[in-house]
Amino acid sequence: MAQSIWVLAEQWRGKISDATYEVLALGREIADGLGAPLEAVLLGDKVKGLAGSLGAADTVVVVDHPSLAHAGPENHGELLGRLAKQRQPLAVLVPMTNVSWDIIGSLPAQMEMPFVNFCENVEASGGKLTARCLLYGGKMQATMAPEGAAIYGIMPGARQAEKGKVEKSPAVEEPAITPVEPTVKFKNFIEPDAGEIDITQMDVLISVGRGMQNEDNMGLAEELAEALGGAVSGSRPVIDQGWLPLSRQVGKSGATVKPKLYVAAGISGAPEHVEGMKNADLIIGINTDAQAPIFNVAHYGVVEDATDVLEALTKAVRAKKG
Amino acid sequence: MKILVILRMVPDVIEELEVASDGKSLDSEFLRLIINESDNHALEQALLLKERHGGTVTALALDGPEIDDVLFTALAKGVDRAVKITGVEKGLTTRRVASVLAQSLPAVANVLPADMILTGCQAIDDLDGQVAPLLTQALKLPYLGLVTKVNVNPPAARASVVREFSGGVRGEFDVPMPVVLGIQAAEKPPRYVPVAKVRAVMKSARIEAVAAPGAPQAPAVDIVEMKKPEAAGRAKMIEGSPEDVAAKICDILAERGLL
Repeated sequence: MAQSIWVLAEQWRGKISDATYEVLALGREIADGLGAPLEAVLLGDKVKGLAGSLGAADTVVVVDHPSLAHAGPENHGELLGRLAKQRQPLAVLVPMTNVSWDIIGSLPAQMEMPFVNFCENVEASGGKLTARCLLYGGKMQATMAPEGAAIYGIMPGARQAEKGKVEKSPAVEEPAITPVEPTVKFKNFIEPDAGEIDITQMDVLISVGRGMQNEDNMGLAEELAEALGGAVSGSRPVIDQGWLPLSRQVGKSGATVKPKLYVAAGISGAPEHVEGMKNADLIIGINTDAQAPIFNVAHYGVVEDATDVLEALTKAVRAKKG
Repeated sequence: MKILVILRMVPDVIEELEVASDGKSLDSEFLRLIINESDNHALEQALLLKERHGGTVTALALDGPEIDDVLFTALAKGVDRAVKITGVEKGLTTRRVASVLAQSLPAVANVLPADMILTGCQAIDDLDGQVAPLLTQALKLPYLGLVTKVNVNPPAARASVVREFSGGVRGEFDVPMPVVLGIQAAEKPPRYVPVAKVRAVMKSARIEAVAAPGAPQAPAVDIVEMKKPEAAGRAKMIEGSPEDVAAKICDILAERGLL
């Protein structure tokens, strides 16, 4: 039998994540292309009940143990290393999310396999796998073709999550293997501040990035947001600089938004940001760099200093509204 | 507290990137390197911890273009020692960088064991691994990534560390020391240091150079091809003065009932 394709099933706060279903959809295609079995590997505490929701896989390998509550290198990574040695998968597909983050980086050492990061797509042809990866904040695309077994970090959005949700009862295996108790102990979650504004509920978001240059220019975004009846949000560098509170962050660690209008002002469009806003109804990107990846996702683009455009646009909107 | 910060250079993506004639790498002629952003946050977090608890901070980097400037800047910001690992091949992949670091750290006097090793949790050129967790495996230390807050309890040799999840949710962890932390963002924006101060430090301070003891041990996955991304869709570009652009955007918003 051909070597299996693995998908690391990610569960967080009692649910299988959408990112897992996206990766399962991709894994199904790869497994079918190679004539290989697709195995979902589900590790965690009180997770056995979730195995039935991974029907896209032929088999779900479950290890359910209190030591596996948070996915870290000491517990999940170490266990996956041992399982991989026993079962010899050909490919290990890992959702690249913040939940799985701590193990993504340690697995190449623990599973003793090469690693291919930032995969937008992985294809099987002629019995081999080829990955297309997005590098340098989305500015370059690399093609990688590992010889033999490898781990692939799959970026969110590689497939539709719906395609990975299959109503079928997979076979469930529970290998007799005991995880290590981690020395890094999870204590508690910290919920986001309710904040004065929930950006996921806004129809209009004026979202700002590093291209706004300094905090003094934030008022330009506030004025346009006010004129259009929206709110101001931002990308990671703006939040890290303290120009906006954490509750306004759009992207991987922050919110996923789907407003009617998303103005990306001075945002380059790195994959971590795009993940949180790509489904907005109308995206207008403004950036001085004509090569900025934001223009690959925006519906309309302006190559211009964002502060100048925001100022002019606020005036024009006010004039039109009277 | 003895803290080690590892700094790395990455291509500045604000500049235009070009593919080299081999079709597999970046053209170094047009490449401007800057400090990896999350490494800069790791440096800031280390300095904040030193201010709170005392002790020493060592900044360490592999030798390469612009690295002296970065290390002198770190000294000007307040690190106690700056070390560069020399004799390192150019263009190493992330996994090999981690391998060189793991081999070299024991050769640097008085940095290990450190109570904490801080570095950025990711870099834009992490094609085949991530430095912090790979180093963790080599040094057999615990690891936590995506860290945004660190509270140390020195007598207990433990720390309370906050890490990001998604949707604005964070998690608080209790970690032992020594530990490797992959920093996402420091508790405060990285401090600014005037150029004059960096120049003064260049005259008074010294960067220690330590030769890498061996070649990297990590396997490599070769890049078959590198190119600029083919966009599935491309924005319709609006041209003109800011006023013209604003008028055209207003028309688009009006058509869609957004005005």
